[in-house]
Amino acid sequence: MKKVYFSNIFAFLFLISSTLFAQEHHADSTAEHVTTEAISTETTAHAEGEGHGEEAEAFNPGKMMLEHIADEHEWHFATVGHTHYSIPLPCIVWNKGGLKLFSSNRFKDEHHENNASYEGLKLEEGKIIAEDGSFVLDLSITKNVASLLISLVLLVSIFFTIAKSYKERSGKAPKGLQSLFEPIIVFIRDEVAKQNIGEKHYKRFTPYLLTVFFFIWFNNMLGLLPGSANVTGNIAITLVLALIAFFVTNLNGKSTYWGHIFAMPGVPKWLLILLTPVEIIGVFMKPISLMIRLFANITAGHLILLSLIAIIFIFKSLGVAAIAVPFSVFMNLIEILVAFLQAFIFTVLTSTYIGSAVEEGHH
Amino acid sequence: MLVSILEPALGLIIWQLVIFGILFFLLAKFAWKPIMGALQEREASIEDALSLAAKTRQEITDLKAGNEQLIAEARAERDRVLKEAKEAGDAMIAQAKADAQKAGADEIEKARAAFNQERANAVAALRKETATLSLEIAEKVLRNQLSDRTAQENLVTSLLADAKLN
Repeated sequence: MKKVYFSNIFAFLFLISSTLFAQEHHADSTAEHVTTEAISTETTAHAEGEGHGEEAEAFNPGKMMLEHIADEHEWHFATVGHTHYSIPLPCIVWNKGGLKLFSSNRFKDEHHENNASYEGLKLEEGKIIAEDGSFVLDLSITKNVASLLISLVLLVSIFFTIAKSYKERSGKAPKGLQSLFEPIIVFIRDEVAKQNIGEKHYKRFTPYLLTVFFFIWFNNMLGLLPGSANVTGNIAITLVLALIAFFVTNLNGKSTYWGHIFAMPGVPKWLLILLTPVEIIGVFMKPISLMIRLFANITAGHLILLSLIAIIFIFKSLGVAAIAVPFSVFMNLIEILVAFLQAFIFTVLTSTYIGSAVEEGHH
Repeated sequence: MLVSILEPALGLIIWQLVIFGILFFLLAKFAWKPIMGALQEREASIEDALSLAAKTRQEITDLKAGNEQLIAEARAERDRVLKEAKEAGDAMIAQAKADAQKAGADEIEKARAAFNQERANAVAALRKETATLSLEIAEKVLRNQLSDRTAQENLVTSLLADAKLN
């Protein structure tokens, strides 16, 4: 994600820290091999000046932005000149009744582009497919999976530390990390869970809501880091979150909830023919809206940032950069707000759906 | 490329399910449970402390009111005692006065009675003295008159006449 954006601002810092993974590569650049990464040479002031015109011709902002948003099989940080700075990730593939485990480096050809095939498998538009067209179950540790694992470790270590300090400082005022997160935890419990689900049931759902909130928030924030994965802006992630919300809501549906769906009380019988299908569609639309809202908001934020940066390379003007850079900084600040807001909205909406499902009849 | 962004990858779905499941299990069991418990415990203890403070405050107010009442009662008691003492004093003085008056009157009465007695005695003595004096005078007069014979005979005759008449 946001490789170019990153290289724009933090390139120098990164160059120092990531030389370990650098793969020196000085092959001649050919038109089809020039990807957007190569553009970063232009942005970094200390990049080699060669091949400017050629690379600029090949610059395709749409492709660049979509590549930054999409998942990939290696963790690519930056390309300076013709040097790719990336970490290869393990590929785990189920194909033709066998499990294959190999490094994503196997797909690299002699130019260090992902064009090589390995054991009848090849990468096409970021997806592993079989050359003979047979079914491939790709369970690779992709960039998003790796980022998920990092967020898992981060979340678990942070909240275990907090839980420990609650045990050690039982009855005392919160301190450190504990006092940073306590207001948020209490807010989710009191203003989200208790408010929307009700006094009677909220305790059952608070752990789920807290997990969802912090998972989305942390991954949103991690996604804003330069060079990081776009986890919550990936539809597979939001699909799973929405699916879980769907099952949590409907498996806890009380008779009042189903009554409102299949036979809305206080509505003329003939109207139910119209209303019941609408309500049934609503059951599915709620999680679908959750899925699309989070995905679209995060993706849109990243696209705006990438567009602001791409504009510099399209116009190749310092004047445009002078406008685009402050504006992208401003957008990044907005994105920090959006990161919290979208996590909050997802949690609040999930809690209202659960609240409507567990609500007892009051008519 | 755009389609691939909108197309959820099966592998990532599986990984997300597994990772989110692990995350939920770990956090729910080892983080949310103790955190929620500790928060609830602390809230309960704060609530207890607050209600205790309110109770104590009420008690102090009650105590103050009680004290004021006690003071008022003591003041009333003092007033009552003073009033009673004054009344008793007044009554005692009145009684003493009455007693003194009565005693004085009795004394006067006794004195009067004694005086009357003395006067009666004096009158009686005077009367007796007068009678004795009168008899002596009469004796002397009679002795003088009866010194000759004729006067004596006349008298005896008159006395005899008187006696006969009886």
